[in-house]
Amino acid sequence: MSSQWIAVLTTSLLCFAIKFIGHSIPESLLAKPRIDRITTLIPIVLLSSLIAMQTLTEKTVRVFDHRIAGIVFALLALRAKAPLPIIVIGAMVTSAIFYRVRI
Amino acid sequence: MTVSILPIPLGIGQNIGVSAKSAKSANSATSVKRDSLSVGLATGVAGLAFGAVAVADHFSVLQACVLSLVLFSGASQFSLVGVMSSGGSALSAIITGAFLGSRNGLYGVRMAGILKLSGWRKAVAAQITIDESTGLAISRKDEEEQRTAFWYTGFGVYIFWNLFTLVGAMSAKAIGNTSAWGLDVVSPAIFCAVLVPRIFGADGSSKRGGRTLYAALLAFVWALSVTEWVPAGTPIITSVVIAVLLGWRA
Repeated sequence: MSSQWIAVLTTSLLCFAIKFIGHSIPESLLAKPRIDRITTLIPIVLLSSLIAMQTLTEKTVRVFDHRIAGIVFALLALRAKAPLPIIVIGAMVTSAIFYRVRI
Repeated sequence: MTVSILPIPLGIGQNIGVSAKSAKSANSATSVKRDSLSVGLATGVAGLAFGAVAVADHFSVLQACVLSLVLFSGASQFSLVGVMSSGGSALSAIITGAFLGSRNGLYGVRMAGILKLSGWRKAVAAQITIDESTGLAISRKDEEEQRTAFWYTGFGVYIFWNLFTLVGAMSAKAIGNTSAWGLDVVSPAIFCAVLVPRIFGADGSSKRGGRTLYAALLAFVWALSVTEWVPAGTPIITSVVIAVLLGWRA
């Protein structure tokens, strides 16, 4: 089996298991302030580092290119409370324009 | 009185702008269903993008569809594809995807108290427990409406997300250069849409005394600083340490 299939199937099953376990455990088990603080921060740090990697690196090397323009658009659109399709399509168009004019 | 373990359980749903507004107006079952449908349609656009990005990043159409059918959690799906296409190992893709999916487990804890299910119904509910279904459900006050919002949003997003993943994956084969079509910013743009509402409240102030903003900035700088020295994927996984350290003390 390819490493892609291993990742696809394992992550899929793990993520379903996580959802199902959530539905099966008592609410009191997780209602501890420390657990609450850490579990609030986990998606935040992961999303933030993912954004950094996917916007400012190529493979593992830091690069500054057209993608920055797309993400700046996305952040401005978010600030203006634009709906999700506008954020995504606008970021794509902005990034593509900057790519095509080779900035 | 249940203790809330979800301070602001909103992801993409919040940016569609329907939940908070209509929760105050006429709380009819019709408006609940209408909100759910529009969220389903809006996430369809992201599903289209996911299918295209996955195939552009050398995953097969079948793999893209399996991810949307079985994994069914946008951020985890995008992270898995992103980590592997940047040269990360399967293990780092799995760990990142599972950690990102852990918030669905917290939503499950919250929704179980409202849905009160067992057996196969619980399994079905678990599969559609995501940002959108939970966010729209708990924006309602009445328990019956919460259940309606959960099921309609969950199934609505599931159907559109999968349909559009297939369409996106099929059409990506026609796209040669992903940068020329802006596909390389879809994934980080969606991550921004999930991240920003978790950091800033409706009034624009940073949540939890700035701790969320601090965590996000530290993780951003950390990942960029170490990326050229460590294997692909590890800058992301290791940022979890920042969450543990910052969350340890009150």
